[in-house]
Amino acid sequence: MQFLTDRKRAQGLGAGRSGTHHHWQMLVSSILLVPLVPLFIFTFGYGLGGTYEEVLAYFSRPFPAIVMGLSLIVITLHVMREAHEAIEDYMHGATEKLALVSVSGLAYTLIAAGLFALVKLAL
Amino acid sequence: MVQFSLPKNSKITTGKTWPKPDGAANVRKFKIYRWNPDDGQNPRVDTYFVDMDSCGPMVLDALIKIKNEIDPTLTFRRSCREGICGSCAMNIDGINTLACIYGMDEIKGDVAIYPLPHMPVVKDLIPDLTHFYAQHASIMPWLETKTNRPAKEWKQSIEDRKKLDGLYECVMCASCSTSCPSYWWNGDRYLGPAALLHAYRWIIDSRDEATGERLDQLEDPFKLYRCHTIMNCAKTCPKGLNPAKAIAHIKKMMVERTV
Repeated sequence: MQFLTDRKRAQGLGAGRSGTHHHWQMLVSSILLVPLVPLFIFTFGYGLGGTYEEVLAYFSRPFPAIVMGLSLIVITLHVMREAHEAIEDYMHGATEKLALVSVSGLAYTLIAAGLFALVKLAL
Repeated sequence: MVQFSLPKNSKITTGKTWPKPDGAANVRKFKIYRWNPDDGQNPRVDTYFVDMDSCGPMVLDALIKIKNEIDPTLTFRRSCREGICGSCAMNIDGINTLACIYGMDEIKGDVAIYPLPHMPVVKDLIPDLTHFYAQHASIMPWLETKTNRPAKEWKQSIEDRKKLDGLYECVMCASCSTSCPSYWWNGDRYLGPAALLHAYRWIIDSRDEATGERLDQLEDPFKLYRCHTIMNCAKTCPKGLNPAKAIAHIKKMMVERTV
C-alpha cells in the first residue's frame, strides 16, 4: 500500500518526452504503403507461376527487385511498430519488455533474411 | 497482462425482483446494478417495475421514482437534471450517458442501468472518479500567463474565441473516458479523452502563454499516444462533443513543432 496523493498518482513519473517520433514514423510508413501495397501485389503476382529460370530472371530486373526490397522493409517495420503499440496496450512489466524485444528481433531477422534472399535472386 | 475477466468478488449475481405497482397499466422493467461495500456480497442486478403513466420521460425521472417509491437504498448521483453538472453519468442500455437527458423512448425493451464501466464502484451506480479528477487537475485546467496582468482583461478576438467552441462545453461527466478501451487498459497512465479535450481547450486558447509547457507535459507514449482513434468517446458524448478530434489536433501540433 502506498500513501500517495491523487495528484501524485495521476502524474506518475511525468512525461516521457517521446511518442511524437513514433507517431510521425507511423504516418510516414502509412503514406508509403498506399502506393507500395498495390505495387507489391501486382509485381509479386506477376512474377508467380513461371519456371525457376523465369522467376530468377524476373526478380533480377531492377524494378521488381526494388519494389520487393522496399515492401519488405516498409511493411515489416510498419507491422513491428503497430505490434509494439498492441503490446504496450495489453502487457505490462517484464512481460511487456520481453515481448517488445522479441517482436523487434523477429522483425529485423525477417528483413535481413528477406533481403538476403532477394539479393541472391537478383544478383 | 490486462485482466479480461472480473475477479470472483465482482461477478454479478441475480438480485431481488421488486413487485409490480398495483393497478398500473403501463409498466416498464428496469434492471439496475446494485453493490453495497458494507454487506460483503457480490454485486447483483435488481429488477424494478415502474408505472410509466406517473413517471417523467427521462431515465433519471425513473431512478428518482424508484428511490422515492420503491427502494430508498438505491444510490446514484444527480444534481441539475438538465445535462449541465455531469453528475448522473451512468451506463444506460449499453451507452455511457447522462440519465437526466436520456429519454426512455430511446430505449427498446427493458432498461438496463449500470455504473460507468471499468471504474471502481463506491456504491450502486456511483463510480469512484478520484483518479479521473486528478488527471484533469494534472493538465492545469486554468489560464497560465507570464505577461503582467493587463489593467482590464485578457483580450481575445471573436475568431480565437470560436476555437473554444466544442471544447468548453464539456461537463466532465466521464462518459467518454470510461467508454475508451485504451482508458480501460491503461487508465493509470493514459489521460483519457476528457482530460485531453480539456488540455486542448487550454492549448488552443489564444490568451494562454504556456502552450509549449502544456505540449511538453503531454509528449508521452501513454499520456497522449494511447489514443488509437477508436472514436467511442465521440460516439458516446452526451453533449455531442468530439474529444477524438481534439486529441488529433494535439497530435498535429506535436508533429508541427518537431518536423
